[in-house]
Amino acid sequence: MSVAVRLPTVLRPHAGGQAVLDVEGSTIGEVIASMVATYPGLSGQVISDDGELNKFVNIYVNDDDVRYLDKLETAVADGDEISILPAVAGGAV
Amino acid sequence: MARYSSVLDLIGGTPMVDASALSPNPNVKIWVKLEGRNPAGSVKDRVALGLVEAAEADGILIPGKPGQVLIEPSSGNTGIALAMVCRMKGYHLKVVLPTNVSIERRQLLEVFGAEIIESPGSEGSNGAVRLARQLAAEHPEWTFLYQYANPANPNAHYTQTGPEIWADCPEITHFVAGLGTSGTLLGVGRYLKEQNPDIKVWAIEPPTGEMVDGLRNLDDGYIPPIFADLGGAEILDRKTVVRPKESIEWTRKMTELGLFVGISSGAIMAGAIKCAKTIPEGESATIVTIACDDGWKYLSTGAWTDDIDTVVERAKKVIYF
Repeated sequence: MSVAVRLPTVLRPHAGGQAVLDVEGSTIGEVIASMVATYPGLSGQVISDDGELNKFVNIYVNDDDVRYLDKLETAVADGDEISILPAVAGGAV
Repeated sequence: MARYSSVLDLIGGTPMVDASALSPNPNVKIWVKLEGRNPAGSVKDRVALGLVEAAEADGILIPGKPGQVLIEPSSGNTGIALAMVCRMKGYHLKVVLPTNVSIERRQLLEVFGAEIIESPGSEGSNGAVRLARQLAAEHPEWTFLYQYANPANPNAHYTQTGPEIWADCPEITHFVAGLGTSGTLLGVGRYLKEQNPDIKVWAIEPPTGEMVDGLRNLDDGYIPPIFADLGGAEILDRKTVVRPKESIEWTRKMTELGLFVGISSGAIMAGAIKCAKTIPEGESATIVTIACDDGWKYLSTGAWTDDIDTVVERAKKVIYF
């Protein structure tokens, strides 16, 4: 299962400067594990020491935040687009 | 009633309009609550008045006492609403405003006499929050209402917006609103779930984390303290990103129903459409969404009139949410 993972500017230096990675995995957890295996510098950035998502990181599958789906167990399918975005202050509407 | 003693009495009690003609599913109704009807033009009028009245009740602000100064970070609407309230109550307001907001937002702050302190556009709202916190720490004599951390923000929605929606539309099954400070979602979401725990709450956000390029590392990230303190993760059922192109397409489409609303309202409508598409065949649903403000403040962006790809590129550079 191959999915495209879009990285935010702030994480690109940890992935050889790439903006989009092609990664294997059938859940978000597996996708992150295979990303980290290739680019160990991403490790502490995306996942915290206790194995949870870093609180300042949001991961989206086709624009849906995985925290409100099945978190790291969220299934991904071929062709899905994964985005990793930093949590930032929303524009006070 | 059509006679009021103060403009402040015009805040709230906004109407809801049936926008089901835009629904992709005939069994899914969509209602839009028009917050642009508030006197300073947005949903933030409720919050601004709530923040100031709470500070007055706590003795932090003293009505009538000269020389009182407030500071607040805002990308626009909160600042504009606070500026109106402060002008009427005689407080001096300093707004920390990112440089990349629409010109009308800036002008409206000036209309109501607010002083603008600029923060770097590349840092988005994060930069405005950071600078306001720094200035507030340096000037303890100023009042820092801090909408991102002040429970009076969601409380305005818990006591007003939520009950209004429930009174006008008790058949509601889904509430879809924008995620900025998280005040609307927390206040309305909590109120509605207390009335009917089956109501689903959807948060819509722009891909802000992509557009803000001034972030140095992830620990510069930001989660509004009220979101963490008031159990935001338990109130939301779904959080989804709507991109600038879809936001503008839906902002334009809403004019078919005579709805001339701001770009974030288009984004939220796009989210409501996405929500409607998740309703299984044979089931019915009633979605209530918020139109945060009207379109006037965004005319200079060309959102309705210029080539859509040009507008989308522009939208990526300004804070429209």
